[in-house]
Amino acid sequence: MSTTVTERPSRTTLFDGLGRYIPIGVTVALLIVMYLGGIAAFPRFSSPQVIASLFIDNAALLIIAVGMTFVILSGGIDLSVGSMMAFSTMSIAALTVDLGVPAEVAVAAVLAFGTLSGLFTGAVIHYFNVQPFIATLAGLFLYRGLTLQLSDHDVSMRDIAFFDWGMLRMDFAGGQRDGGFSLPNISFIALAVVIVAFIVLHYTRFGRGVYAVGGSESSALLMGLPVARTKVGVYAVSGFCAALGGVVAAYYTKSANPLAGVGLELDAIAAVVIGGTILTGGTGFVLGTVAGVMVMGLLTTLIAFQGDLSSWWARIVVGVLLLAFILLQRFLSRSGEKRRT
Amino acid sequence: MSDAPIVQMTGITKDFTGVRALDGVDFTLRRGEIHAVMGENGAGKSTLIKVLTGVHDPDAGRILLDGEPVRFHSPGQAQAGGISTVYQEVNLTDNLSVAENLLAGREPRLGPFINFRAMRRKAKALLDEIGIDLNVAAPLSSYSIAMQQLVAIARAIDIDAKVLILDEPTSSLDRDEVAVLMRVMRSLAERGTAMVFISHFLDQVYEICDRMTVLRNGTLIGEWAVSELPESELIGHMLGREVQTLGALEHRAARHRPDDDVLVSARGLGRKGSVSPFDLDIRPGEVVGLAGLLGSGRTETARLIAGADRADSGALEFRGERLRGHNPRTASARGIGFCPENRKTEGLVGDLTVAENMILAMQAARGWARTVPPARRDALVAEFIEKLDIRPADPDLPVKNLSGGNQQKVLLARWMLIEPRLLILDEPTRGIDVGAKADIQRLVNELSEDGMAVLFISAELEEVTRLSDRIAVLRDRELIDILHQESDMTTDRIVETIVEKGGDK
Ligand SMILES: Nc1ncnc2c1ncn2[C@@H]1O[C@H](COP(=O)(O)OP(=O)(O)OP(=O)(O)O)[C@@H](O)[C@H]1O
Ligand SMILES: [Mg+2]
Repeated sequence: MSTTVTERPSRTTLFDGLGRYIPIGVTVALLIVMYLGGIAAFPRFSSPQVIASLFIDNAALLIIAVGMTFVILSGGIDLSVGSMMAFSTMSIAALTVDLGVPAEVAVAAVLAFGTLSGLFTGAVIHYFNVQPFIATLAGLFLYRGLTLQLSDHDVSMRDIAFFDWGMLRMDFAGGQRDGGFSLPNISFIALAVVIVAFIVLHYTRFGRGVYAVGGSESSALLMGLPVARTKVGVYAVSGFCAALGGVVAAYYTKSANPLAGVGLELDAIAAVVIGGTILTGGTGFVLGTVAGVMVMGLLTTLIAFQGDLSSWWARIVVGVLLLAFILLQRFLSRSGEKRRT
Repeated sequence: MSDAPIVQMTGITKDFTGVRALDGVDFTLRRGEIHAVMGENGAGKSTLIKVLTGVHDPDAGRILLDGEPVRFHSPGQAQAGGISTVYQEVNLTDNLSVAENLLAGREPRLGPFINFRAMRRKAKALLDEIGIDLNVAAPLSSYSIAMQQLVAIARAIDIDAKVLILDEPTSSLDRDEVAVLMRVMRSLAERGTAMVFISHFLDQVYEICDRMTVLRNGTLIGEWAVSELPESELIGHMLGREVQTLGALEHRAARHRPDDDVLVSARGLGRKGSVSPFDLDIRPGEVVGLAGLLGSGRTETARLIAGADRADSGALEFRGERLRGHNPRTASARGIGFCPENRKTEGLVGDLTVAENMILAMQAARGWARTVPPARRDALVAEFIEKLDIRPADPDLPVKNLSGGNQQKVLLARWMLIEPRLLILDEPTRGIDVGAKADIQRLVNELSEDGMAVLFISAELEEVTRLSDRIAVLRDRELIDILHQESDMTTDRIVETIVEKGGDK
């Protein structure tokens, strides 16, 4: 009685800590299975460029999904990213082609606008207590409409020298010819975004605050954390990422399509969820999102290799995967509740 | 100088839709004192704290901090202003680690980056200070409510504050932890920190506090030095009536002879890492108490019998039938009601009304297709609102708008109203005021006289001894003894048992 009683948790904490990694573990396992299956079925699949291409064709999606990860981790959702991306690309075209603004300036302006727009959405959500779903749905319609207002047809970029930079490739392991692979600058932009996001989420107060708010907003508030700043911040991050996605799309296609990125917000959400982030917030990893994007990209690649399957099969499989992952999360959080005593 | 108040609140009024929670309340906190805020459930204690710390905006009134008028708009601002608070419900985020919860917002950094190693070291040191030893890297969710409460306290103490507010910090703690907390509070008081202490444990209040402010129904009754206000008068002020109930409260329940047939019989029931295998019989009409220290396996034992956790050894029989695939759903279908200790995450649905929350278990037992007839439902709800004195007595209020103690009563009502054969109550009187505590004890008594078996857990040994016919004593996750003699039903005997039987360790 004289000593303080210390409780030993009624199960090993090791497992408890690892529980968080189960969904991402499943995603990575799935990736490996898909990759090995691809190699077994198609000889050319083993070329490293197959993997490298995932980071070229999906660079914009990856960037946007990273932004979405912030939002979902905080317990919110951002439906405006697809429209914001198209609006950004179209704005660059309008600024450079019609108004003759230097491309660098146009890019900077678009990035600033995306961030500010995110700030505004976040402020509406937080201060007026609007459902994120509704507030960002408004953005979805608004920016798509504005995009179509700027132009209802494709616009080609003019300043080709500037936009060529994005697809300049760097060779690795001897380049594609010698069995290596090559990556363009847009892939490096995407990878840089991933790295910065990882560091911010895991090693800064803002990042940990995102997890805390996602875990329980009311608790975070009572703990004295800057909930307002965090909630507004994640939408700013997402807005910035969407605009950057638009910039990358401009590099990738060298043109602006008013209907680009329709439904992209849903792809981004799917990638985040398949990457193991829980939709109610508080649990997940940005690296999981990378895996989620790779799964979705690899699916499309597999179907392209197969040749006679319709590309809609990728959608069908993504749907099935989503369902499976949501069920897995449900199951894990249930058993988590049960173990809690 | 030292007598100048550090916090002065005057004329504080706070209205919630339809309820006036505070009505022109004055409150003065002086430097270095420990000040109790007393009152029944729903008196407005937590609201007063929340107004002071910026969770709620007052509708009228002035707040002076250190002589300066202040108005905080968030707990973060209050913290920055030097007021650190442990709110009534444990408010931490259980998806983060213990260390992160302790230091969230104040993490040690290298440049802009969090230094996790320093953070873990600091967290360990903090917990050492209040004498607990946890794996600080583990998620908070892997620890019990009591441990989480200690973590919340450690967090608040670490914030170097002029004012420390503790709203029912001891509700799930045992005497050892309470003793440690009091030691910490005294040393803080010596350093000049002013503290507000809210608790329904009068003995703790009398032990540690210098003054007290009594609230009733949102109005100020008065302020006294603790030494000038004897307990009986305090209770009179709190309840607004003279209390005879307390006398009745002392008499024991064990008058009735339990029938001989066994209702529940556990043989070698256990779960690895949770409770070692134990034998326990419970008969109809009997109240069995579970006593033991924090972390001794009280809750875990109850959860095994309730089917909330799966046993990995032994057998459980209910009315002579061996239970297989025992889970909360089949348990409640058989007539086992389990009222868990953590009302926030396991019990109440905050957005549903009082009536809906109360009827949940009954509805679940009937299956979703057969709704409870509205007339019956209303009658039952009204009956239990009255029996448990739930305030405000409005069945249509969202339950999250009730005070902490009244939420607890709603949870109790949910299980009592399905009239289970076995009712398992884990800390049913946590956060409940003295008057209502007596009501609940009387109700448990009544139910057991009608033939219901009750398994009763409480950190308050006096309560266990008062109510129980037999007491199972646990230590280190092992059932070490079952006390059944009348003469053994004392707090001292329980403590002796715990010390003796486990003395070799
Ligand atoms: N958010 C809210 N919305 C509406 N009513 C509320 C809210 N919070 C508290 N109340 C009401 O205000 C009154 C005072 O509640 P409060 O939580 O301050 O009581 P308390 O003294 O802390 O009680 P307890 O001892 O049970 O914790 C109660 O009638 C309660 O129903
Ligand atoms: Mg309270």
